Amino acid sequence: MRYWKTAIGLVLTGVMLFPVYWMINVSFTRETDMRKSPPSWFPVNGTLEGYRAVLDQQLPYLGASLVVGLGTVALTLLVSAPAAYSLAKLRPRGGGVLSFVLLIAQMIPGIIMAMGFYAIFLSTGVLNTIPGLIVADSTLAVPFAVLIFTAFMSGIPEELLQAARTDGAGTFRTFWSIVVPVSRNSIITVSLFAFLWAWSDFVFASTLDQGGDHQPITLGIYHYIGNNNQQWNAIMATAVIASVPATILLIIAQRYVAAGVTAGAVKD
Amino acid sequence: MSRVTQTKVRAAGGLAPLEGRGHRAAARTRSGQWAAWAFLAPVAVYLLVFYAYPLYRNVELSLRNYTVRSFVQGDAPFTGFANYVKIFGDATFGPALWHTVVFTVVSLAFQFGIGLALAVFFSRNFRLSATLRALFLVPWLLPLIVSASTWSWMLNSDSGVINVVLGAFGIDPVNWLTSPDWSLWSVTIANIWIGIPFNLVVLYSGLQGISPAIYEAAALDGAGGWQRFWKVTFPLLRPVSAITLLLGLVYTLKVFDLIWIMTKGGPSGSSTTFATWSYRLGFGNLVPSFGPGAAVGNLLIVMALIFGLIYIRVQRRQAHT
Repeated sequence: MRYWKTAIGLVLTGVMLFPVYWMINVSFTRETDMRKSPPSWFPVNGTLEGYRAVLDQQLPYLGASLVVGLGTVALTLLVSAPAAYSLAKLRPRGGGVLSFVLLIAQMIPGIIMAMGFYAIFLSTGVLNTIPGLIVADSTLAVPFAVLIFTAFMSGIPEELLQAARTDGAGTFRTFWSIVVPVSRNSIITVSLFAFLWAWSDFVFASTLDQGGDHQPITLGIYHYIGNNNQQWNAIMATAVIASVPATILLIIAQRYVAAGVTAGAVKD
Repeated sequence: MSRVTQTKVRAAGGLAPLEGRGHRAAARTRSGQWAAWAFLAPVAVYLLVFYAYPLYRNVELSLRNYTVRSFVQGDAPFTGFANYVKIFGDATFGPALWHTVVFTVVSLAFQFGIGLALAVFFSRNFRLSATLRALFLVPWLLPLIVSASTWSWMLNSDSGVINVVLGAFGIDPVNWLTSPDWSLWSVTIANIWIGIPFNLVVLYSGLQGISPAIYEAAALDGAGGWQRFWKVTFPLLRPVSAITLLLGLVYTLKVFDLIWIMTKGGPSGSSTTFATWSYRLGFGNLVPSFGPGAAVGNLLIVMALIFGLIYIRVQRRQAHT
């Protein structure tokens, strides 16, 4: 009976992940076999020409994405961790309003933010620059980050902070030496999501960095699709490589991922 | 989790009377408030500069008659609601509204239904169930451009694998992305695929919150599997379901990348939603019309906010029960 369930589970997972498999399969398919009918179900006559194309053409895009992702993580942590500490432990007046505003901010469609950013970036000259893109991408993560951190830091026992204060640590010292180290798990969760969202972002990239010298990988793929419709193995090879961060994230931090998905949606 | 935030903050408000207790306590509280706001300052400034200001610019864009020149020079004439009148009268408005509704409702229905079925299935622990459940997260984690381009190729009319499989069952090839009859369904199918993991994970953790004792009691009373689901699981899962659906709604209204990458809202507007329409007006043409684009965007915000506020209300009410 138990094995039946495992078998059904395997089939369901297989169906669900078929598009992912197909992406990998196509990325190894030879140019000449691309429009063969029926298609090859397995990459038997596989080729690496798609991946060679990625190495030739897409490395700068990947580099830009990496920089944007790391920058977004840094900015997000810098802004949200202190705020969450304050909301969770310092009882600021007006904190409730701020939490409410953050919840609302999470719901504003990116495309609308993009239009406002475009107008502002154009007049301040940060259009098509990496810092501009980092700022825009961080708006995807900051509200989420504050909410996660606040929930987590609320759970830090008051005695721990009290002990630090008794030892003469100021508010900042308490934050830096006690709260931050204790919050390691939530910092990992937030960083993973901030990185992934910045890495995956297409809306801001395509509006705010379309003419930039350093464009992220999402635009690299997009240009590929637009320019050479024939080279699907190269497009899919890029897609495979662009999926690597997500895969790593899932493997090393599975429980954090599930925690991040359910955060804010479910009572714990 | 954010429920925790709010109750904490509210509890903090209730402590205010303590301030009256003598000089020292008052002084400490005041300096405490300074410290508290010093920590909050970055995020407050951040929200003003990177949320409020772009939104304000967006409203301003929608109320003026911008051209490319006046966009750079910043001297566009104020035209009130002319942009809004223009988009309401636009031939795209009706279809875009309808596509947005269909896309959202159909996506949600299937994401939720399939997600719930899978959550129930995975909640019986069996060998490999945790690993398989983790694998189900993959579609949700992939960059949208990756999923969108993969689906584009799978749905390709001539060499897409979907048509090959359908052909094996004797079904004629479908022009998924190039026929106005099918484009909206194609992007909806892809969006359902992307949304299932979120529903699965949230509903699964909701199921974990239901005490096994209730099931045992139901089983003792002679309830079958099907009855247990409808009489026990479903009612007890209602709060989590409401939250899942509302969050899904807010997220689905936002979907732009997927549709834009797969069909650009075409062919001939057959898969245009408010989100892609707004983008096309603002960025998709050689001559951008920022005003109407921003106006459509603001309509979209209003829609998202209505459901967002309902979501917050529901969540708070649950926090108090």
